Amino acid sequence: MTSGTFLGIPRRHRHEESPLRGETSFPKAAKTALANDQLRRNLKHATGTIRAKRALVVNEMPDWEQLRDAGAAVKTDVMARMPELLEQFEAKVIERGGVVHWAADAAEANAIVTELVRAQGVSEVIKVKSMATQEIGLNEYLEEQGIAAVETDLAELIVQLGHDKPSHILVPAIHRNRTEVRDIFLSEMTGVVEGLTDEPKQLAMAARSYLRAKFLSAKVAISGTNFGIAETGTVGVVESEGNGRMCVTLPETLITVMGIEKLLPRFEDLEVFLQLLPRSSTGERMNPYTSLWTGVTPGDGPQNFHIVLLDNGRTNALADQVGRAALHCIRCSACLNVCPVYERTGGHAYGSVYPGPIGAVLTPQLTGITGHDDPSASLPYASSLCGACYDVCPVKIPIPDLLVELRARAVDADRSRTIPGGWDAAMRAAAWVMSDAKRFAAVEKTLAVGRLVAGPDKLISTLPPPGSAWTRTRDMPAPPKQTFRQWWKESHPEGSIARSADPADTEQKDGHR
Amino acid sequence: MSSREVVLGRIRAALAADTDAPPPVPRDYVRVGADAPGTEPVLEQMIDRLVDYKAIVDRVPAGEAAALGDAVAAALSKAGARSVVVPSDLPADLVDASGRDERVVVADGRPSVLTPTELDGVDAVVTTAQVAIAISGTIVLDGKAGQGRRAISLVPDFHLIVLHADQVVSTVPEAIARLDPIAPLTMIAGPSATSDIELERVEGVHGPRTLHVLIVG
Repeated sequence: MTSGTFLGIPRRHRHEESPLRGETSFPKAAKTALANDQLRRNLKHATGTIRAKRALVVNEMPDWEQLRDAGAAVKTDVMARMPELLEQFEAKVIERGGVVHWAADAAEANAIVTELVRAQGVSEVIKVKSMATQEIGLNEYLEEQGIAAVETDLAELIVQLGHDKPSHILVPAIHRNRTEVRDIFLSEMTGVVEGLTDEPKQLAMAARSYLRAKFLSAKVAISGTNFGIAETGTVGVVESEGNGRMCVTLPETLITVMGIEKLLPRFEDLEVFLQLLPRSSTGERMNPYTSLWTGVTPGDGPQNFHIVLLDNGRTNALADQVGRAALHCIRCSACLNVCPVYERTGGHAYGSVYPGPIGAVLTPQLTGITGHDDPSASLPYASSLCGACYDVCPVKIPIPDLLVELRARAVDADRSRTIPGGWDAAMRAAAWVMSDAKRFAAVEKTLAVGRLVAGPDKLISTLPPPGSAWTRTRDMPAPPKQTFRQWWKESHPEGSIARSADPADTEQKDGHR
Repeated sequence: MSSREVVLGRIRAALAADTDAPPPVPRDYVRVGADAPGTEPVLEQMIDRLVDYKAIVDRVPAGEAAALGDAVAAALSKAGARSVVVPSDLPADLVDASGRDERVVVADGRPSVLTPTELDGVDAVVTTAQVAIAISGTIVLDGKAGQGRRAISLVPDFHLIVLHADQVVSTVPEAIARLDPIAPLTMIAGPSATSDIELERVEGVHGPRTLHVLIVG
């Protein structure tokens, strides 16, 4: 954030169809999601559970803040030295028998992967859950080319079999409950046992037997990566189920797609990120499995290793101070799980494969914004700016600050308009009221009316327009009995507080009036 | 222009306005734990974390080869294992113990390796480890002597790890310092697990459904 670069949100000329960009604006999509009670219940349960788990394992770390500082500093270093670190990483991978490819955009990455798969003469590949491959729409592209990509992560499999879209970075099927999962398995999975119940254990075992044959016979696997270490050329995948280990170990050929920001400079840096990531992400002290490999190891694991280094908008983001800060993201999804907006709307409302608070920053940076009608343009407003996302971010990305900055830019871009919008009018009215103590006190008195409307449960569930826009999808707590100013007057009688003795201070205050 | 040049060119252009060197990385987090590797508090924490992850843990006194052999055989028998794969360089006493109770022992590694399908037909695997991390209950295998290829500790359903007390360190940084970055590394914290359905944890999906750890010392 100390960088002097400031080029504005990267602009592109037309909307490109991309898994990064939604089809509708956030408010419109959110309205549909908010009306779905089942979705809201599933989300509330899931985010609540994971928030509690995370808090437990973070609170037991006496050096958590120091780890966050280290993580943030490592990522700042990565951004500043990206060219030399990428070249170092490339040289090390090649030295160890790997092949390095560079892809400027999604189309190029998809073409490279497809060629590599074709070269092995197969029509089916197994996949480890990967945000990078989702971002480029790899599965859909491969399907068009006649290659089936089988997702092996349980949640991704649920999404894939359900002909659905992921709604969370870490738990893509977070919006589905057990009954929905059973129904999907029964209708879409071959060889599923009769009488399958909706017990998570049974469902997991059904996935195990469905995928086992594929793991044992697959010739080609495709993965993303959590880290690419410049110093050694080492690549790592962090997971729980063992499907990741199956993919990066058993096939002869492994193709890994890595966003260029996934670098870590030193092997030693793993000691920071292997602590920050699992605790922030799944709320575990360590995820059950981590695989780290460097190029090709004779006699152990895939003997053909290809890595595709992906730009796809990242260099756009890097050129911008907001974008660069967002590129620090290690995709732990902690910010999604604490976000009151995400908890109510779910991930689909954001339209992008990167939902939630970080998605609201990252998505417009990666896609660029073509104008007001671009769905990405609405994302910086998909936040209450409560700050919870910053508190949990393991690499201290100041997400609320970034969202405010993006909103400010949108307002700046609108300054030339001659007709004021509703937002301008509301802000001017608020400014008029709040700039005068008498006017403010008068408005406060009307709050008593709110208490009458609320009734005994202290909740307002229906308001006339324009308040109905709020109460249609949520309840509003009744105003307090007393305003802060009334309470202050009562508990601090005139003259009970010493006036400031510093004349300069008084002068400055007066100067503001 | 190649895409490599395009991407590197864009990055250099994006960074062109920056002249300040990035600040140094502060490393004032806990690097070395209060207790030395293999001491009682470290072992206790390791066991606590492993049990929390639904692993089975037994302790065997150091220097008693017979007791270790008995523990290996007992663990495999209790799991109902009829066949077991071992790395070809596993210590002979562990191989012998693995073969008790008429169990079939298959060695993997030089001169020959098992195919994934052959591994799938084996009930259990016995390995040693490189280092273990008490704070997170993690065991690291690096493919060196006694640890085998990554595949053998992945496909069989039951994994028995023999860990020596002095291999158990307190912190993640202590463990990273003991690792060879070039070796294929597998870090294991408990058996395979998923929390993808309503975030309810289910042990055992694709990897070994049971992890049994014998701590010697």
